[in-house]
Amino acid sequence: MAQPQASDTAHHDDHAQDHHDQPATGIKRWLFATNHKDIGTMYLVFSLTMFFIGGAMAMVIRAELFQPGMQLVDPVFFNQMTTNHALVMIFGAVMPAFVGLANWMVPLQIGAPDMALPRMNNFSFWILPFAFTLMLSTLFVPGGMGAGGWTLYPPLSLQTGDAFPMMIFAIHMMGASSIMGAINVIVTIMNMRAPGMNLLKMPLFCWSWLITAYLLIAVMPVLAGAVTMLLTDHFFGTSFFNAAGGGDPVMFEHIFWFFGHPEVYIMILPAFGIISEILPTFSRKPLFGATSMIYAIASIAFLSFIVWGHHMFADGMPVAAQLFYMMSTMLIAVPTGVKVFNWTATMWRGSLTFEPPMLFALAFLFLFTIGGFSGLMLAIVPADFQYNQTYFVVAHFHYVLVPGAVFGIMAGVYYWLPKWTGHMYNMTLAKTHFWLSAVFVNVLFFPQHFLGLAGMPRRIPDYAVQFTDWNMVSSIGGFVFGLSQILFVIVIVQCARGGKKATAEVWEGTHPAGLEWTLPSPAPYHSFSTAPDVK
Amino acid sequence: MSVTRGDNDDSTSWPTGFAWARALCLAALGLATEAEANTSNGYNLPLGVTSLSRDIYALHMEVFWICVGIAVVVFGVMIYALLKFRHSKGAVPDTTLLHSTGVEVIWTVIPVVILVVMAIPAAKVILMMEDTRNSELSIRVTAYQWKWQYQYMDAAEGVDFFSTLARDSNFARQLHSGIDPKTVPNYLLEVDNPLVIPSGTKVRLLLTSQDVIHAWWVPDFGAKRSAIPGFVNELWFKVDPGKEGIYRGQCAALCGRDHGFMPIVVDVRTPEDFKKWVETQKAALKQAAARDGRPPGAAPLASLPRDSAPPPAAQVLSN
Repeated sequence: MAQPQASDTAHHDDHAQDHHDQPATGIKRWLFATNHKDIGTMYLVFSLTMFFIGGAMAMVIRAELFQPGMQLVDPVFFNQMTTNHALVMIFGAVMPAFVGLANWMVPLQIGAPDMALPRMNNFSFWILPFAFTLMLSTLFVPGGMGAGGWTLYPPLSLQTGDAFPMMIFAIHMMGASSIMGAINVIVTIMNMRAPGMNLLKMPLFCWSWLITAYLLIAVMPVLAGAVTMLLTDHFFGTSFFNAAGGGDPVMFEHIFWFFGHPEVYIMILPAFGIISEILPTFSRKPLFGATSMIYAIASIAFLSFIVWGHHMFADGMPVAAQLFYMMSTMLIAVPTGVKVFNWTATMWRGSLTFEPPMLFALAFLFLFTIGGFSGLMLAIVPADFQYNQTYFVVAHFHYVLVPGAVFGIMAGVYYWLPKWTGHMYNMTLAKTHFWLSAVFVNVLFFPQHFLGLAGMPRRIPDYAVQFTDWNMVSSIGGFVFGLSQILFVIVIVQCARGGKKATAEVWEGTHPAGLEWTLPSPAPYHSFSTAPDVK
Repeated sequence: MSVTRGDNDDSTSWPTGFAWARALCLAALGLATEAEANTSNGYNLPLGVTSLSRDIYALHMEVFWICVGIAVVVFGVMIYALLKFRHSKGAVPDTTLLHSTGVEVIWTVIPVVILVVMAIPAAKVILMMEDTRNSELSIRVTAYQWKWQYQYMDAAEGVDFFSTLARDSNFARQLHSGIDPKTVPNYLLEVDNPLVIPSGTKVRLLLTSQDVIHAWWVPDFGAKRSAIPGFVNELWFKVDPGKEGIYRGQCAALCGRDHGFMPIVVDVRTPEDFKKWVETQKAALKQAAARDGRPPGAAPLASLPRDSAPPPAAQVLSN
């Protein structure tokens, strides 16, 4: 490490002279942004906007499912909503939120002045608004939005109207943006750590992002390939997935899920990192088993490449393949269990306080574990035949994505918001936001386990009358959960505008694993113009 | 009581206050275990009427209880920590507690053991469910947007018909139809021509599709498999003798606009009744052929009347 340290420091000094100390004014600050904080802020604001757009789609879904019979929308529009709700939430809300947090926090945590590739950083952000404008504008083209599910299975997805090439081009753009974001994180972490910060001393959030970035680079091109094959099947007469031309529709599923399963972990690993920062802070004691936490993330990332077949058991598969995918899937429970146990041990003999970030982290701990249990049940192949394609699956992945990934993001925002703005936020309002979210996320998703087990398929706009009660409960949960997210916006806007001054440590119990707590709040526009020394 | 059962029973009036309250109480207690024979109780898998569905149910409950056990221990420890180690109660952090190789090995090995315990019975069931040999009746099932075609082979060779959503459900499910679904018997779970099969017989389905991917699913049989264009998937079940009746299911793979409106209804009869049914169908086929001046079997889309009155919807299909 000695060699790079010296040159790093010199390089940082050069940078400091190149830059102006103050941000540009007006729209130029944002359009031509190269500052990691400005770009991080844009990512987070974009993500929040998409969270509400995707959420509005979910409200349409829950409103139609409030009672049996078709009251509000046509079945095609319903399918458009389910399809685009998923695409917007995955590619528009969750992934950009994590990239935004990485932009803000990776340089601050490792003691770097900025991200390594600031202009590419600008490009990777500014692709996104165009990608989503393109995708959402398909609402107005003949045939409407894509309605074949976010998984885009052919031949159904090939029945999409004019939206089809627009959707695929939008997905290409989102993929390019993600890959650029991932390259930036890797280059920054590998080259710009402060002297003395070796990899094993690096904060867990950076670790989880480093591994996530490799996953992104590995699988986003696979998705791009899959959708490009769809495109040529549709417009250029190829038969990759067309059985009548000698193609294979199941091959698409294999390719898609080779992307899709690591994608699941792309959406949860950075949340693991955030939780691993927050629990020690509010337990007032260092993370338990920090090294085994890193190995656990790496094992999960490796296993995520060899389990994709578990999405496709019902499509027909040799017995040996069923056994392989069942066992490899179950194996993921081991490193995931290690993480949960380590988090629990972090709280053990600690001194706990319950500020909003800690509350969200605790809800994550309990509810993500419930999502893990249903995941384990889904791994059991024979039982999967009954669960697969029902609301049980919907309940499972919403448990890992909403109280998992989304609560992880919210915990992170509440944790670092004072560092970003320099102000403490309204704790009472934030706690109200927490309790409404934590209670109604369960009212929303827990009954969906029952619906699935009782036999309600997913992705249907109308249902048999015996499913009425749980659907009503779920819809009410959805409406309240959706509305309570407005509090989140209020807390953030108030905090950005003013409030009690935050100290450099922000939280009383901080155990500064990362270097962000050594900077004043708000963190200066250029983070570390000279690299700090890490003991 | 469920999606899958209830030939002219009171299934439409299911959500009574009592059942609802009971479900909620059991759910709250985490005791959603007590399944009634061959039906789902509204919050758990059905026990079903085949050996496979019972094996699946047993696996499901085994894994469920293991998860409950783990949850009690893990959540118990978490809640204890949350109550005991509070700053407000003067708890002093023990910052020396950084790692413990012994504990970490234990909580890695124990889950592995639990997983092996779960995997072994599951593997046995997989081998059993994939064994489609020695079937006694094969039926070709072809999925279309948005209906099913059943073509019988073996002893019922020649019997061939389509199965679509029943007309009253179809009227009621139109946007702003003004018809209360609760007044429609078996809303969305009724078809014009159900699949008729004999009980106590190993029935093999050969599934394929003419357009997009669909999935044939009857929860009470523990039977779900995708119908994929260009592929023939196999699936078998053997309904216990004495469990004759009507069983219901739905298409389980998003297949476009009317994915929610292509139910599956299976009419399970005794082997004797099934034989009689096949004879009636064959006679009707012959009659239709004679009337149209075509040899039997030359009308692949021939509609076959159910026992008594031929439903008008089926006539439309045959054109």
